[in-house]
Amino acid sequence: MSLREVVLSTTPTAEAVADLRLGDIVYLDGLIYTAREGVYMRALEEKANIPLELPSQSAANFHCSPAAVIREDGSFDLGAVTATASFRFAKWLPEWMEKTGARLIIGKGGMSSKDYREYFVPNGAVYLSTVGYGTGALLGRGVETVEAVHWHEELGIAQAMWVIRARRMGPFIVASDMNGDCLFERENAKIQHNIERIYEGTKPAVMRRYGETDDKSDEIIG
Amino acid sequence: MIAIDLIRNTAERLMEKAAIEIPEDYLDGLKAAAKTEDGDLSSFVLKAMLDNYEAAKEDRRAMCGDTGVPRWFVKMGNEARVEGGPVALEAALRRATATATSAVPLRPNRVHPLWRTDHNNNVGIGAPEIEYGFEPEGEWIDLITVHKGGLFGTDYRMLFPSDGVQGIKRFYLDSLMAFGKRGLACQPAIIGIGLGGSKDTCMVLGKRASTLRTVGSRNSDPKIAAMEDEFRELGNSIGMGAMGFVGKNMVIDCNIEVGYCHTGGMQMSVHAFCLSSRRAVARLFPDGRVEYRTDPDWFTPYQRREGVDWEPALEAAE
Repeated sequence: MSLREVVLSTTPTAEAVADLRLGDIVYLDGLIYTAREGVYMRALEEKANIPLELPSQSAANFHCSPAAVIREDGSFDLGAVTATASFRFAKWLPEWMEKTGARLIIGKGGMSSKDYREYFVPNGAVYLSTVGYGTGALLGRGVETVEAVHWHEELGIAQAMWVIRARRMGPFIVASDMNGDCLFERENAKIQHNIERIYEGTKPAVMRRYGETDDKSDEIIG
Repeated sequence: MIAIDLIRNTAERLMEKAAIEIPEDYLDGLKAAAKTEDGDLSSFVLKAMLDNYEAAKEDRRAMCGDTGVPRWFVKMGNEARVEGGPVALEAALRRATATATSAVPLRPNRVHPLWRTDHNNNVGIGAPEIEYGFEPEGEWIDLITVHKGGLFGTDYRMLFPSDGVQGIKRFYLDSLMAFGKRGLACQPAIIGIGLGGSKDTCMVLGKRASTLRTVGSRNSDPKIAAMEDEFRELGNSIGMGAMGFVGKNMVIDCNIEVGYCHTGGMQMSVHAFCLSSRRAVARLFPDGRVEYRTDPDWFTPYQRREGVDWEPALEAAE
């Protein structure tokens, strides 16, 4: 089966987002900003003004911090770009999407279909996953320029808000759609029939840790 | 005497190599996986990974934006001497880590756990870790840097003797499944298993098994070597491939290292190395020669010694 490739603007139309299907390969054109704990806490909990005109400049929120350095003259040297795991930011996302109009949430691992249905779909947003999580050099090639870095003095280089201009940046994989379906849950369901056979004959540990689950169909994110 | 400048310069070069170039043995393992993979999404991921390594080498940029938490392993021949002594050696490795962080660039990942203090150079309290090993003969020192991630893909469980191999299998599968389902540990990867030791050394054994052994190498104990083969196959029969998508390549190789433990327990750790298997190795000689190597060759007979006496050392003493 061949995969469908899509080039998408980071200020996409509602139709373009609705057209995305689970497993599509996406390349992005336009402005992207990064956000992780530091940015969410500063913008939402400390109520700092977000230094961008959102969503007209960018509706693409990347859970990422690049391998980069700010030179003494204030210019940037940006090498590889890789996502960080998104599930830990889920608690901030409803407020963030409402405030910023973010429609493309990009990162690693994604969230549960429950999250997608409850606050991605009503906001017209989907989740894009980076590929293999280590394709940092390919994604780095998609960075045309670094437009700005905000809050790096307060948060450090790895937590700052980087604003980058992307040109055919990718590949990304569509991991949620406008039905709120989740690519990882779909794939996990396909391998579920194997699990019993694989575990056959193995022994549960004598000492089980508090809070551990025996339900192998359980989602690890949720 | 090994010159301190040689150590610093080589260390900087190793940091760059580890971040940008994939070790040959792992690249071969990944290519073999790409050949046999038939899942559509997991095949796409493997192809993207191989393209990514080409891009990294061509552009001389890091393979991954998360350049991990760099650490050092130093192995010294018994006759090796370092200019300025061990403190100078540690200072050189810390300096090289900071310099390479801005020169490559690497991502400055290291912060204080509570205050989140960030010096933007990957150096801080206890960072980078520097671990040591020794060999009975030789005037050389080996510098090995490993850039492994710092969040997912590593776990520990206290098992007991009666849990046996079936208990070990269970925890191995639990660990692969837990993060494989969401690809949070980057797979396919080299999986290291530590068995025994005490809790802290068990974690160290597993980390060394995943980062300091090459793909295709086998433990010198034939029964452990057979377990390594079996576990590699077991991991690849889950039906999960790259990123947890449907596929048949979850484990590039499985390495097991053991250490003697408390008679009542059977400690176990599992470590997934990252998808770029970032390690780089050089042997430095007193005459200024530097030999870049693929194999850290950490687990020599001396490292796995089991008895009280070590004959060559006794001979030297006599």
